[in-house]
Amino acid sequence: MADAPRTPPKKRDWSWRSQAFRGLIYQIVLLALVAATGWFLAHNTAENMRVRGIQGGFDFLTTTAGFDIGESLFHFDSNDPYWKAFLVGIVNTLRVAAVGILLTTILGTLIGIGRFSRNGLVRGLCQTYVELFRNVPILIQLLMWYLLATELLPDITDARHIGPFYLSKGGLSFPIPEWSSAHLATLAGLGAGLVAAWAYRRRTQRRFEETGRLGSLFFAPLAIVIVGALIGWGAGGMPTAWEIPKKGEFAVEGGGSLTPEFLAVLMGLVLYTAAFVSEVVRSGIQSVAHGQSEAARALGLSRGQEMQKVLLPQALRVIIPPMTNQYLNLTKNSSLAVAIGYPDVVSIGNTAINQTGRAVECIALIMVVYLITSLATSVLMGWYNKKAAIKER
Amino acid sequence: MADTIIFQSLPPRPAPVRTEGLVPWIRSNLFGSVPSAIATLIIGGVLFYFLPKLLNWAVFTATVVPNVDACRADGAGACWGVIAEKYRLILFGRYPFEEQWRPLVATLLLIALIVASCTRAFWSKWLAVLWVIVLAVYFVVMAGGVLGLSAVTTDRWGGLPLTIMLTTLSMVLAFPLALLVALGRRSSLPAIRSFCTVYVELVRGVPLISVLFMASFMFPLFMPQGVSIDVLIRALAGITLFTAAYLAEVIRGGLQALPKGQSEAAASLGLSYWQTQRKIILPQALAMVVPGIMNSFISMFKDTSLVSIVSMYELTGALGLALNSDANWRPFKLEGYIFIVAIYFCFCFAMSRYSLWIEKQTNKSRLR
Amino acid sequence: MKLTQTKVALGALLALGALATAPAHAGATLDKIKKNGQVVCGVNTGLAGFSQADSNGAWSGLDVDICRAIAAAVLGDGNKVKWVPLGAQQRFTALQSGEVDILSRNTTFSLTRDASLGLHDTVVTYYDGQGFMVPTKSKIKDAKQLKGQTVCVQSGTTTEKNLTDFSKTNGLGIKPVVFEKVEAATGAYFAGRCVAYTTDASGLASVRNKEAKNPDDHVILPQLISKEPLGPMVRRGDDEWFAIAKWVIYGLIESEEYGITQHNVDQMKSSQDPVVQRILGTTEDTGKLLGLDKDWMTRALKTVGNYGEIFERNVGPKSALKLPRGVNNQWNKGGLMYAYPVR
Repeated sequence: MADAPRTPPKKRDWSWRSQAFRGLIYQIVLLALVAATGWFLAHNTAENMRVRGIQGGFDFLTTTAGFDIGESLFHFDSNDPYWKAFLVGIVNTLRVAAVGILLTTILGTLIGIGRFSRNGLVRGLCQTYVELFRNVPILIQLLMWYLLATELLPDITDARHIGPFYLSKGGLSFPIPEWSSAHLATLAGLGAGLVAAWAYRRRTQRRFEETGRLGSLFFAPLAIVIVGALIGWGAGGMPTAWEIPKKGEFAVEGGGSLTPEFLAVLMGLVLYTAAFVSEVVRSGIQSVAHGQSEAARALGLSRGQEMQKVLLPQALRVIIPPMTNQYLNLTKNSSLAVAIGYPDVVSIGNTAINQTGRAVECIALIMVVYLITSLATSVLMGWYNKKAAIKER
Repeated sequence: MADTIIFQSLPPRPAPVRTEGLVPWIRSNLFGSVPSAIATLIIGGVLFYFLPKLLNWAVFTATVVPNVDACRADGAGACWGVIAEKYRLILFGRYPFEEQWRPLVATLLLIALIVASCTRAFWSKWLAVLWVIVLAVYFVVMAGGVLGLSAVTTDRWGGLPLTIMLTTLSMVLAFPLALLVALGRRSSLPAIRSFCTVYVELVRGVPLISVLFMASFMFPLFMPQGVSIDVLIRALAGITLFTAAYLAEVIRGGLQALPKGQSEAAASLGLSYWQTQRKIILPQALAMVVPGIMNSFISMFKDTSLVSIVSMYELTGALGLALNSDANWRPFKLEGYIFIVAIYFCFCFAMSRYSLWIEKQTNKSRLR
Repeated sequence: MKLTQTKVALGALLALGALATAPAHAGATLDKIKKNGQVVCGVNTGLAGFSQADSNGAWSGLDVDICRAIAAAVLGDGNKVKWVPLGAQQRFTALQSGEVDILSRNTTFSLTRDASLGLHDTVVTYYDGQGFMVPTKSKIKDAKQLKGQTVCVQSGTTTEKNLTDFSKTNGLGIKPVVFEKVEAATGAYFAGRCVAYTTDASGLASVRNKEAKNPDDHVILPQLISKEPLGPMVRRGDDEWFAIAKWVIYGLIESEEYGITQHNVDQMKSSQDPVVQRILGTTEDTGKLLGLDKDWMTRALKTVGNYGEIFERNVGPKSALKLPRGVNNQWNKGGLMYAYPVR
């Protein structure tokens, strides 16, 4: 029927045939739907709370929490307010996530590289590891590690010890240097060493770019940092007092300690995520053109040098984005710590829900904490990604 | 004198070094260099030390009869008797004992359908119809109340059937949502685009457990008074919304990989937006992301274990149900964990192999 | 054209809004229960003696029997109950939102819960106190010996706060290890992660007798560190339902006082005691005032028996928990159970 040539509708024609108009309508409908749903939910919640006399709002954050927290990096007392309790939870989450990310990166990279080993046993072992650990839910792995930690380790009363390290159901106790003002000098020395090492590294890099002479980029700076710390320690009068854990009547007392909950969460997160990270590393290395590795061998580089100087730096560009995802996953998975009694932010939030009844507020807080952490990690990794990208000159 | 040419044969060259067979493989793969040899020796030593102990525990001294005293005996290794005793509770949760054939049949049906959906020969329009039918049958068989089946309320559903049901249903429900969100994120309409982006980023920024908490603790407050929704449905809704965000990103990856020429060509043919998407863009993009979808399926399968934290008894929760309150068998929790680990592993491993296979298939078609 | 579209959208919005504001009125709970033919009762996911499901899904326990009695009084059948097992964290929102009609889940009555959660405490069905359980071999005899020790506790309970208060007043510096689920907390205690496990004394007895490999390996320390009045809760805004829940429980308690049992209900109907007559509705129709019929208590008693029988059957000295009657005895026998008169 439509044989006659149709004139295309004008873009700004306010009829249903205009794309722009339809687009506008679609958007209005969507916005209306979103607004209606939001209003519907908010209205119901407010109505429910009003009718039943449920109190709401974030004012509870400044009231006394009234409960204790098993482990905290800074002092927390039951007289402290709720916001401080949440802070303890956030710090605990970040602590396990940060240590976890560090260890996962190391373990995952090693296993990923191990998949390319010329040794069949190493290859097979790495592959078995990856298949086994990534195909089992992380929650079960956490529960299993915790079960093993609480069942197999010796009782608190007869903690096993290797030197000053005690291991029992109460956790791992280790000596820590007894705090004195002299340690400030060590810290200052460490800081100075870091600055000097950074400056040295930059200079070496610049010299490499100008002259092509390669200096040590890792061991020399490391030595500078260590020497700096040692000088600081010497200047502070070489304090050597250590707080060594010893067996008390019921438990190991003194020294630093890590609870079995922390260790189980850390172990579960690291072993699970490392399987994924190793796959990321493997596919990254595989993505580097084969000619690169042939060229490296033609130059006479050893297998280790080839990996370190040719393959990994190029693979890094492919690795970083999926690696960021794995870091985010690890951080989010740390919320499962609640299942085995590690006081992370979810666990504290749960307790707060029960003590105050503010379910909506507490869950919103938990979500915001994770959102901010995720965003911050993304931004940080985005910055690093830009640094590692190919620099066109 | 005529020169006599004496034919002198050269000494035979040595046979080339054998590069195939067991011995050369061992030489090159296990003792190729000094570091390699050291690694082999260390790993071999560790395996040699631990494997016999492990085998001893898991096989030779293990107890397979469901007898607590035999398990507790001195020198007894693993107690697989706990599985023999409790497997029905672990696999089916609190579903009424005499009726447990129902979840078995329903789940086998569902698995058969999933396998069929993964087989190319069955890819047709009828598959969608089949899904609707099978899901309807699944719910009738599970919930009962009709056809002479006794009614079983959802709070008694549990174990592996619940795990599989939650995974499958959340994927099936999330898929259309994810399609829309993925298209929305690439839309030229700013309100739709930003809404979809915010949704995806918000959901991906928070852990699943907080979404489940919301579904379980908060959701009832959102509803008008007098309306209460079954906790299973609430959890399912939470998981679906969560999955949709991840799935949308997978699909968006496929959409982005398509060259722009495809949609331009479609536009020049006079196809509308929806026609373009349905006939040109989506078929190509979706074929590309099948492995990604499969991976989402695997992670969802694993993530359903989290609903045990909000007091639902899927496979992980059912294990706790079976062992926590029974003092006799509680000491053999490790064996119980190994049992469900094996179940999860079998499912996930099979799915990841399928994902690899399908990836090779798509790559093959692209190379052609 | 654009204007009409916007108008349509606005209209849709308003319609949605009108849908959302459904009015609520008192007595709605009873109407809903009668309409659906079932009482929705929130119970513990598993606490021997109070609420526990066997492998066939049949629930039993003190808290469970209270719900059965109410269902019998209201609907005439003690089995017309839908059981909703709730974790400690879920329980209050479940009641607030109307997911359950009554929360009978060994829940402590306290000011915060009464005043700020939108809930009403009904009647105490078990007077409890928080205690500690330790392994016998630890040789701890007094809770004050727990100085600097780890104690396993379930999150989301009043227990957590009591423990802190006790630790603080006595300067003990107890380290709590807080678990999401009660099974995880007891599991960790039995595995030896903590020196002690703390919860209400009844809960300790339940755990010790039902879950310990050998109950004699664990002792419950004699001192109690708090008052824990446990009982069912209903939500605010429905006084009629609140009254029904309250008076069914008072009726059960008073029946014990006047010797009406599950077995002699029918004989007692001919009793000349005016109190018994009132409870059983032979002379005065007490049920009518509550919106029920006159046989309401008769049915409740026939279903679960009086309070004393419920106690004996589920937690008493002859049950697996072996809890003494103690303060939960009738007021005229040295206990605290003092029912308001049904009249």
